[in-house]
Amino acid sequence: MSATGKPISPERRRFLTDTARAAGGCLLAGSALAYLASDAKALPAEALRPPGALAEEAFLSACVRCGLCVRDCPYDTLKLAELGEDGPATGSPFFTARDVPCEMCDDIPCVAACPTGALDPDLTRIDEARMGTAVLVDQENCLNFLGLRCDVCYRVCPVIDEAITLELSHNNRSGKHAIFAPTVYADKCTGCGKCEKSCVLPEAAIKVLPIRLARGSSAEHYLKGWEEKERKGAPLVDGIIDLPDRMPDGLPSVSSDPGAFEPAFKLPGSSQ
Amino acid sequence: MSASSSLPVGAEAIQVKGWLKANRFLILRRLSQAFFLGLFLLGPWFGIWWVEGTLASSRTFDVLPLTDPLVLIQSIIAGHLPELTAVTGAIIVVTVYALVGGRTYCSWVCPINPVTDAAHWLHVRLGLPKGWQPKKSTRLWLLVGVLGASALSGTIAWELVNPITALHRGLVFGMGFAWMLVLCVLLFDLLVSRRGWCGRLCPVGAFYGLVGTASVLRVTAAKRSACDDCMDCYAVCPENHVISPALKGAKGSTPLILSSDCTNCGRCIDVCAVDVFAFTHRFDNAHNDIAAPSGAAPTKQAV
Repeated sequence: MSATGKPISPERRRFLTDTARAAGGCLLAGSALAYLASDAKALPAEALRPPGALAEEAFLSACVRCGLCVRDCPYDTLKLAELGEDGPATGSPFFTARDVPCEMCDDIPCVAACPTGALDPDLTRIDEARMGTAVLVDQENCLNFLGLRCDVCYRVCPVIDEAITLELSHNNRSGKHAIFAPTVYADKCTGCGKCEKSCVLPEAAIKVLPIRLARGSSAEHYLKGWEEKERKGAPLVDGIIDLPDRMPDGLPSVSSDPGAFEPAFKLPGSSQ
Repeated sequence: MSASSSLPVGAEAIQVKGWLKANRFLILRRLSQAFFLGLFLLGPWFGIWWVEGTLASSRTFDVLPLTDPLVLIQSIIAGHLPELTAVTGAIIVVTVYALVGGRTYCSWVCPINPVTDAAHWLHVRLGLPKGWQPKKSTRLWLLVGVLGASALSGTIAWELVNPITALHRGLVFGMGFAWMLVLCVLLFDLLVSRRGWCGRLCPVGAFYGLVGTASVLRVTAAKRSACDDCMDCYAVCPENHVISPALKGAKGSTPLILSSDCTNCGRCIDVCAVDVFAFTHRFDNAHNDIAAPSGAAPTKQAV
């Protein structure tokens, strides 16, 4: 009974029930879908997105899963994820570096093919692509770290000597040889995966990981003294007193041998 | 009711018009479905790359972009501003379906239609009960839910479960377990709800219905006075609530089937032994209310 004492009309009652039911069902279906959607955001570490792909969150709002990038990839690197078989969100493009790495085409046909901009058309130089970052994950099995000259990951890198170098150090095991450690520079590595593909081990010792896994980050408030000093062109702290160097007996004093123990910086106003 | 109502659906039309004419739109529709799917399969199967991509977005002869407008709307709602190619493609698709009838997509193009048609055929063969019949408006609510989920999750939410693009992409690129989604639709229509998926739930159909609200291509019951009440059109029509206003409308009312739920499948035209129905445009109000069933007659009505 309504407040006026008249019964609610059957139409009105039905309208209210129907609306409530529809709204409830809509909410339920919507939340189920939203849950599924948030679940689909977990991109497995070995699945790499094509060059120019937006960050994963933005990518999933932009990629319509048409597969045109896959069609235009001349090396059959890219695949569309199949439901229940591949990790990435159903129908979205990815590649597995160990299977087929990205050949880094100069004209980036996959980006050109994308109708929605999920692959960013502003990427015009393939060297600027950041599909992931190579990480030498297993120094214990890497042949170069064992003191051998495998070098394959270094040799195949399309950005050789910039994205990956061989860093020399003494081989303490043999005592007389060198270790040529493959060393990745993340700011130059495109994540194409050629190093991972060509690693001669049964399981690659160098792997391309998504940047979120591969990299740490520097705290925002950290300043590197040597960089700051270079920027300023002078010591960061004014008025450092240059104390006299006390030398062991027998060694010439600083004053008698200028430059022998000169500080790395010049004091302001102390010309020579 | 005429005596013909005791015959199986469509049998009288076959007797009167011959098998071919009594099935022509069904045959054309299957050919159309095969044609549009075939265009996409020419590439992967035979290396003829006329059409590339999927129903979500495609490129024809390297120039014509086509994009599923609902997918693009979800993308925009999820927070992405699409490139011009996709926007152009979606505008072309919306324009075409706004003219030929939004749900023409459902019956002439959608790859799920043969699946639900098969389910219905089996349903009739097995004499199964109607089952759960949610309201027709459910699909509109689901459409709202899909758009809401896209906004909330920041993803193109419906594409995670959409059986249409899943089946299409499966055939063109690789199936995975996408066939399970298709099987779910088949079993739902067969065991849970007669004609439930396309008729009551699918938000894509709901969207295309909205697109085609003012479409030009329409079915008319122009010769409705010839109707002998055999009810065959009601039996074959997947959205048979659209028929009555046109077929049984008051004298002088429009004979056009104006409901945007009509999928323009043309089966009513096929199965009608007395040819009440025909395809026409929405400005063609001609009908034969006054005339005798056989005669040519004035079509104007006194108001």
